[in-house]
Formats: sequence, C-alpha cells, structure tokens
Amino acid sequence: MRDFVSRRAKVIPPSGIRKFFDLALTMEEVISLGVGEPDFSTPWNLCEASIYSIEQGGTSYTPNRGIQPLRDAISRWLSGHYGIDYNPDTEMVVTTGVSEGLDIAIRAVTDPGDELIVAEPSYVSYAPCVTLAGGTPIPVECLEKDHFKLRADRLMEAVSPKTKAVIINFPNNPTGAVMRQEDLKAVADVVIDHDLLLISDEVYSELTYTGTHASAAAIEGLRERTILLNGFSKAYAMTGWRIGYLCAPKEICDAALKIHQYVMLCAPAMGQVAALEGLRRGEEEKNKMVQEYRVRRNLFVEGLNRIGLPCHLPEGAFYAFPSVEKTGMPDLEFAECLLKEEHVAVVPGSVLGQGGKNHIRCAYAVSRADLAEAVKRMAHFIASNSC
Amino acid sequence: MDEKDLLLLRLLEENSRLSPDELAIMAELSGEDVRCRIAALEEAKIIRSYTTIIDWERAANGGVAAIIELKVNPERDYGYDRIADRLAKFREVKSLRLVTGVYDLQLHVTGKTMQDVARFVSEYIAPMDRIRETATHIIMKTYKENGQNFCEKEPGERLPYSP
Repeated sequence: MRDFVSRRAKVIPPSGIRKFFDLALTMEEVISLGVGEPDFSTPWNLCEASIYSIEQGGTSYTPNRGIQPLRDAISRWLSGHYGIDYNPDTEMVVTTGVSEGLDIAIRAVTDPGDELIVAEPSYVSYAPCVTLAGGTPIPVECLEKDHFKLRADRLMEAVSPKTKAVIINFPNNPTGAVMRQEDLKAVADVVIDHDLLLISDEVYSELTYTGTHASAAAIEGLRERTILLNGFSKAYAMTGWRIGYLCAPKEICDAALKIHQYVMLCAPAMGQVAALEGLRRGEEEKNKMVQEYRVRRNLFVEGLNRIGLPCHLPEGAFYAFPSVEKTGMPDLEFAECLLKEEHVAVVPGSVLGQGGKNHIRCAYAVSRADLAEAVKRMAHFIASNSC
Repeated sequence: MDEKDLLLLRLLEENSRLSPDELAIMAELSGEDVRCRIAALEEAKIIRSYTTIIDWERAANGGVAAIIELKVNPERDYGYDRIADRLAKFREVKSLRLVTGVYDLQLHVTGKTMQDVARFVSEYIAPMDRIRETATHIIMKTYKENGQNFCEKEPGERLPYSP
C-alpha cells in the first residue's frame, strides 16, 4: 500500500508535550500548571443564555460570518475598549475559536515560498499553521532581557525579500509579556517600511494587569495591514465553547471568509449566543476573574522567586515563565523530573521555541491553594536535586 | 477608601484568615500598609467581625433555622428603628433586615428544635407592641450561603496539558 500521509502533515512536528501528557494521565494528585485555560467555569448567565437559546430551537447553522447581534456587539466593544473600528458586515468573521481564526488568516495570505515571521517563544500552533499553508515560518526571538517584548531591530534582522507577514501574540503565551503602544509603534515602522502584514493574536487582551491593552490595529498605519484575532476563551472562561473572531480590511476578510465557508461553515451557534451575553452582561464577572488572576500572579511569582526560580512579573495573560537555568537542569529534564517526582505539571519552554530555552511555563489559572502547594513541591524538588 | 481597600475587603470576605503579609503580596502593598488599612477599616466599622461560614446541616448539630416575616406598624418619629433595635437584642436573632414588599422586617432565627423556634416567636416576638402579623418559614435546606455554594459538584476533569 502507498504511504497516504502528505509530506506537509509529516513535516509538522508532533506536540512537544505529548509524552508528558501521557505520563501525567497515569499519575495521582497531579497539580497541573500545564493547561492554558481558566479554572473558572463559564459565568452562569452566559450558560443560561445559551441553554435558553437551545430550548428555543437555536440549533441550526448561523450565517457564515456569525450572528448579526454578536458581530455588532464585537464591533462596538472593540471601538469602545481599544479605539478600533471594524465594519461588522464586511470586516469581521466569527470563528471557531482563535485557533480557526489563525488558520484561515494564515491560509488567506500565504503563497508557497512566502516567509512568515513568528515571534518566539510562542503558542505552539503558529509555525505548524504556516507550514500547512505552504509557507515557511521564520522564528524571531523575544529575549528575557527585553522582558520578552518583540524588538524592532531583531524583527528587522529576520525580514527578507520573501517575508509576507509577522505573527505576534501579546499579552503573550507563554511569557506574559505585554507590548505597550510605544513598543508596537517601533514594530509598526518595520512592518510598514517592508510592506508586510501583521497577524496579531490578542486573545489575552483583557488579561492586562497594569494599564490598558494596546491593540496593534489601533497603531497609526497598521489597521490596513493587520489581521486582528481575538476571542472569548480566556477572558470569559469559555475555552470549550470555541468562539473567536477575525477582523481585517475587507479584501483580506473576504478571502478568510471564503475559507471559513468551506471548512467550518459557521462557529457553534450556542457558543455565539453565550459570547453575546458575555459582551452584554458579562463585564463584571470578567473583571472579577481578572482581579483574581492578578492576585494569584502576585502570590505565585513571589513564591517562585523565593524558592530560587527567577521570574519577572508578567504583565498580562495567566502564565509565569521562570528561568530554571540556575538549577543546572535543561528545561525538558526539569519538567519531566518535576512531574515524575513531585507530580507538578509544567511546560518546558523549549517546546515553545528557541527563546523559551531554560524556562518553564506555569499557568497560574489554578486555585490559590494549588498554587501554594505547587510552590512547596517545586521547592522540595529543587532542594533534593541540587548538588 | 480606594481600589486597594476594596480588594482587601473582597479578599478578607472570602477568607478572613489571610495574614497581613499574605494580603500584602496579593494586593501589591507592604505588610505595614495592609495593617494600617485593615485597622482603619475596623475603626470605621466597615469590617464588623471575622467569622466562619459553617454548613450546620453537615455538622449534624440538629439545630433548626427559620426565616420570620413580620408586619409591623411603624412608630411616629422612629419608623421601624426602635422595634428593630429591640428585636436585634435577642440572641436567637441572627440577622434582621427591613425589606420592601408585603411584609416589613425579616428575621433569621435559630434554635435547637422546631418547638424552640415556635416558642420564641409566639412568646417573645408575636406579643410585642406594633407587630401585626408573623409568618414563620422553617429552613429545610441551604443551597448557598454568603457566596458559598454548599451543593456545588466537583468541577469536570481538566486536561493536564493543552494543547
């Protein structure tokens, strides 16, 4: 029989944490700091709205772009919160999570031979999505000394005549780094000078702890060359509902919509209703969750620094990204042994790109009690593994 | 009263056993600042007491609790305040509120047995001047108290890693 698997599917690497996943499933009492999702349940009024819509028979396909009231609400919300205006009828698509938005965004703009620059360390999907679209991912490192922000000079070094787009994600998974307006302006200069497109995944935008989130599309000269991706998973604790959205200038949005029509048809109908309720009446619940993440961040990062895992204070998202260099263990070994010996699951930084080497990603979206216990176990681990 | 005070109140309402040093880390303040702020909140009687939420049904203590509705004739110049003040002095009365609607005062009363509660209402509350009518509702089951959901199930399994 022939080998039916495509070269493209073969060439993308399997998730670097697969073996950890299997290992963790065999263990008891694992404290997992390995999951990038809120530990809160979706606020109940959002669930109620969705349940009611199902009772009313709202179980059919929705328009490809998503239901009108949700797009209208997203448009108002983006304008009110981040000062960016998108036409809900021509410049927006509601997607099945930001994951789908990312995929159709990349496919809408990538031709074979195109290079797409990916700011690393990053979420694991960006580079494989570029590869699957026939493009070549080019990593550019965000360094710890720069608080893991993307620096314009480093970006410039990665640009070639083949570069089509730059993919960024701030607040960042895994580092918690945030790009302020002035940081984005410097990046914008490079993007504009080299006639590039920016794909900005801002799914953690509402989890910005100091100041307000600066959206890339709000920077002068960037709106017409930005695909903005955002969603409800993180801010509204809605990971399982799979609702995100893509905003872009009409021509790009039309191309993404075409792909969306063929591969997804529409985002889940009941999820769209819940998301709408979130925008209408979910602000207070969301703010409470954000405040709680901030409290946990403070406790956890203080704990990490106290036990000898240096960690800068992340300004956004819900990840701490401490360095394990001082322990003398490579991050992969550190993560594996920590899981085996202390039953604490973390993600080794190097699976998130070269820039993540010698770091571990710890999601602090778990209860304060579990965070305290995790710190205790990590301290014990460091003490029993130091020479 | 600023954002930090509100955060301290919220944290303490949820868990009054947090130490000033823990609160300091959580709220991005110094330990000394937290101590001063809490002292001021106590002084201003914004923090009234530090207490514990107990699921007495689980403790199987055999106690009985009831909600008593009272229709009351208000008093010239004092309204409901003087009678409320008298009612509040009873040890059995755990909480007392003036409410809108078909009745005026709502009491939360506890006793050892149902007879205890009934006797307290008929002997002390009902005969008081200005009380026109009482209605006693024995609490059969508490589902949620002060933000604590007593019947919440364990959350669903989360994956240890994602994606």
